[in-house]
Amino acid sequence: MAFTLEMALRALEKFNEAVEEKKDYLTDLDSAIGDADHGINMNRGMKKVMEKTRGKEYGDFGGLFKDAAMTIMSAVGGSAGPLYGTYFMKVGQKLAGRKEASIEEIADAMQDGLSGITTLGKSQVGDKTMVDAMQPAIDALRANAPEGDAAAWKAAADAAEQGMKDTIPMLAKRGRSSYLGERSIGHQDPGATSIFYLVSAFRDASAEN
Amino acid sequence: MIGILVVSHSADAARGIAEIARGMAVAGDDIPIVGVGGNDDGGLGVSVAKIADALTEMLPKCEGILIVPDLGSSILSSRAAVGMLSGEEAAKIVIVDAPVLEGAMMAAVEASTGSDLQSVVKVAEVAKNLIKIDH
Repeated sequence: MAFTLEMALRALEKFNEAVEEKKDYLTDLDSAIGDADHGINMNRGMKKVMEKTRGKEYGDFGGLFKDAAMTIMSAVGGSAGPLYGTYFMKVGQKLAGRKEASIEEIADAMQDGLSGITTLGKSQVGDKTMVDAMQPAIDALRANAPEGDAAAWKAAADAAEQGMKDTIPMLAKRGRSSYLGERSIGHQDPGATSIFYLVSAFRDASAEN
Repeated sequence: MIGILVVSHSADAARGIAEIARGMAVAGDDIPIVGVGGNDDGGLGVSVAKIADALTEMLPKCEGILIVPDLGSSILSSRAAVGMLSGEEAAKIVIVDAPVLEGAMMAAVEASTGSDLQSVVKVAEVAKNLIKIDH
């Protein structure tokens, strides 16, 4: 089985639904250590991504993720805009010309996307950011690829969830929360949380076939 | 000529800071000093597209462009916008680590004397240590 363009479209729909449903929760998390805009921003950004992509015919992952990237970079407003935008842009570039890809290829594309995030934000694992949920998810996706797509995506989403929870005791080193220093400890990172929703959306989109 | 692009979370702040910088510079009207800010809905935030559009418009008129961002996502969004340009264009742009008002102002003064990009960057960086009130 492979990951298809149709699944990618469905994954974006599901991610949009998740940030819509969880926007207050994301904003609550962000109000503890950030500027209380992550939920609202992601909700606005993904809504616009859906307006742009819904019903449009795409020939490859590249076109779809480029549209998502450009839209989210303009619409989000906060740091999540350029970070998510760059992520989708790099994923799209890696998968350009393709309509389906193996789990290993998806993991490679996600790793490229994550490199875009770390280059832009100068962030690394352990800084209490999106990276802390995404890197374990990619590792788990790749490691569990031989077990089949469903098992690999489940492992990836579980790892993202664990990575998200692991941000709670961390000291923030990037972004607005880093201005709080020690006071950032004890709070879950909102960016890592939305990444968990993103990976879960891909898991669910991949399961419905 | 070196152009200056002020990037802020607020469109009003960006325009206002650009206006102050222009006013302080010698013959400030002659150098491209532009301010962009706010999200696409007009609220507080930063839009990569707005920054990219401003850069594209300024590039043909400028040998180099100094971006003076306020904080956080202004920096990330500026980096993302520069990343969307060609390597040749991107090489003409520097995002400076300086306080947004003081940096833009001092950069404008330096740029208006016909200095190159490196000199303008250096002067803007000095703005970090500017003592405003000498007690």
